[in-house]
Amino acid sequence: MDTMPKWADVILTPLISLVLAMAISALVILAIGESPVVALTTMIDGALGSSYGWGFTLYYATNFIFTGLAVMVAYHASLFNIGGEGQAAMGGLGVALVLLYLPLPHWALALPAAMIGAAAFGAAWALVPAWLQAKRGSHIVITTIMFNFIAAAALNYVLVNLLRPVGSMDPASGRFPESTHLPKLSDMALALGFEWGRNTPVNISFFVAVIACILVWLLIWRSRLGFEIRAFGKSEPAALYAGINPVRITVIAMLISGGLAGLMAINSVMGEAERLVLNAVEGAGFIGIAVALMGRNHPLGIVLAALLFGFLYQGGGELALWTSIPRELIIVIQALVILFTGALDNMVRMPLERIFLAMRNRGS
Amino acid sequence: MDLNTVIQILDSAVRLMTPLLLACLAGLYSERAGVFDIGLEGKMLMAAFSAAAVAALTGNVWLGLMAGLLGSLMLSAIHGLASITFRGNQLISGVAMNFLASGLTVLLGQKIFGLGGRTPTLTPGAELEAQVTPFRIWLSGITGPDAAGWLTATPRLSDITLPLAETLRPVPVIGPLYAEVISGHSILVYVAFLMVPLTWWVLYRTRFGLRLRAVGENPASVDTAGVSVTRLRFAAVAIAGLLCGLAGAYLATGLSAGFVKEMTAGRGFIALAALIFAKWRPWGALGATFLFGLLEAVANRYPNLDLGIVTVPSMFMNALPYILTVIILAGFVGRAIPPRAGGEPYVKER
Repeated sequence: MDTMPKWADVILTPLISLVLAMAISALVILAIGESPVVALTTMIDGALGSSYGWGFTLYYATNFIFTGLAVMVAYHASLFNIGGEGQAAMGGLGVALVLLYLPLPHWALALPAAMIGAAAFGAAWALVPAWLQAKRGSHIVITTIMFNFIAAAALNYVLVNLLRPVGSMDPASGRFPESTHLPKLSDMALALGFEWGRNTPVNISFFVAVIACILVWLLIWRSRLGFEIRAFGKSEPAALYAGINPVRITVIAMLISGGLAGLMAINSVMGEAERLVLNAVEGAGFIGIAVALMGRNHPLGIVLAALLFGFLYQGGGELALWTSIPRELIIVIQALVILFTGALDNMVRMPLERIFLAMRNRGS
Repeated sequence: MDLNTVIQILDSAVRLMTPLLLACLAGLYSERAGVFDIGLEGKMLMAAFSAAAVAALTGNVWLGLMAGLLGSLMLSAIHGLASITFRGNQLISGVAMNFLASGLTVLLGQKIFGLGGRTPTLTPGAELEAQVTPFRIWLSGITGPDAAGWLTATPRLSDITLPLAETLRPVPVIGPLYAEVISGHSILVYVAFLMVPLTWWVLYRTRFGLRLRAVGENPASVDTAGVSVTRLRFAAVAIAGLLCGLAGAYLATGLSAGFVKEMTAGRGFIALAALIFAKWRPWGALGATFLFGLLEAVANRYPNLDLGIVTVPSMFMNALPYILTVIILAGFVGRAIPPRAGGEPYVKER
């Protein structure tokens, strides 16, 4: 199968897919009568042109790193976790419960406690689909989709009937105590003596996300469990023959995946909103799919892809502000990235393989 | 609860189940042929937008319906290309279709109508008149003003009164049941219900249906028999596109009057749930979608259902189809076994 050198497989194919997706996005912009060049410069200016733009880009990227890692871990076990949305929503509930009901005097204590809450609730939400897949053979894609909807309904109920402060009309929890607010990157910059990204939501969770990337890399490629996950993902019969318990691996991989998706809440719920609102996830769970596909299911790739999508998100907001292109352009770009890097992978790969084969034949 | 309320709820259930039934049958054709389709939602959304947009621009719901079918078929073609021709991951392709529809409908809607993603309301009024007038003027150049006026006067599907509905109304129970629940729906409702026996007949009594089922269970056997797996699967995906087109068009021009952003609101996924509930069978699809339609109708009527001992919140009613599906999938109540070759691209032996 090694018709292509590794660099072509890892870098060239996703790059060509990305270029194709962007080219078609440009056509879409042309079709609605706008200029792709103006759109691109507006996005670059708005997302990367100032520390303010960077602050938002990095904030969004933090969300997408978590959900991208979630999709990635499941993917290595050959499980398609499409339920990041619901798991992240539940993670938000975990964060809210911890911060509202535990007396935590300082953010340095609140952060680990909230992380445990977020990961536990996210993992718990992935447990049932995982168990059903492992034990009863029900397709994980369908069950996780169903669990997304159930999570939305459950969260709606909890917010409206249980967590809503008396007298408030908003379906949202009360504010978290002041002592649990996470330091923003802008505060840290000020402490170091310079001004950066004032009024942006990017916070210390960004570093947690980066650490999570390293840990996931260690887990998947440098640990026994990671080896078992990959072996199971590559070939279930072979893994079985090697004495790997499929139920155990399926459940563990999904718990890690759900936990990572849940962790997103420390950034969005704890770091930014500082209370639990309805629809705090805002589609980040689904973007995780695009991020993992784009990043070739490798933490480094995921960081890059998350930055790209963070840029698209922040840039898209700026587009809606300064031009007449609606924000929904981002959803179209996201769809095209998923389509080209995920589903139409072979369309790019097959001609490339042919080219490399021809080159090698001529060489020998 | 008196009879009148029951009839109203049943009537609403029939309307609400129609898009579910059409989408469910769409999924049935596709998945029975071995192509997973989680893009039902997107295809419906695309169809709903195309149908409402063209109906608003021309004042003719039938042109809208055609556009709806085309919009949905376009996504089907991409899905087929990705999952059959290029043997890509069918689930990922489905996810992409959903996002594509979700973004494109708002983008195009904003470009054409400038109403923040919705289309003009398809009821006679100034908003609609302003859209239809240019088309009417252009049309009168060809057909004359009278015919043009007539051709552009039905922007929405109208309800059909079945024969004898008014005559039978005084008959107790059966009369109002016939007049309200069975009669008085738009044509697509009846089309959807006729699709059930038709689908059963096609699947179990025709050569095409036999091959379609075989290609979803064991494509190699169909290939060995000299029948093209690719062509069969494309046919199934195209049928799915047409049925989703009908579902979306009904949603935007029958059930409501016009398109609004994200108007499918998860119906494509409920249809997917119904398909599992129905164990991939046409008559089962009828039962499952009726159940889910009924749940929605009851939830709409009683936001907080008081059962005496407990009050059931509407959120629970809305989530019930998904919860039921998970239980069915778990196999505790009648196991649902999907087509064997579902989700796997077919690689022809060389």
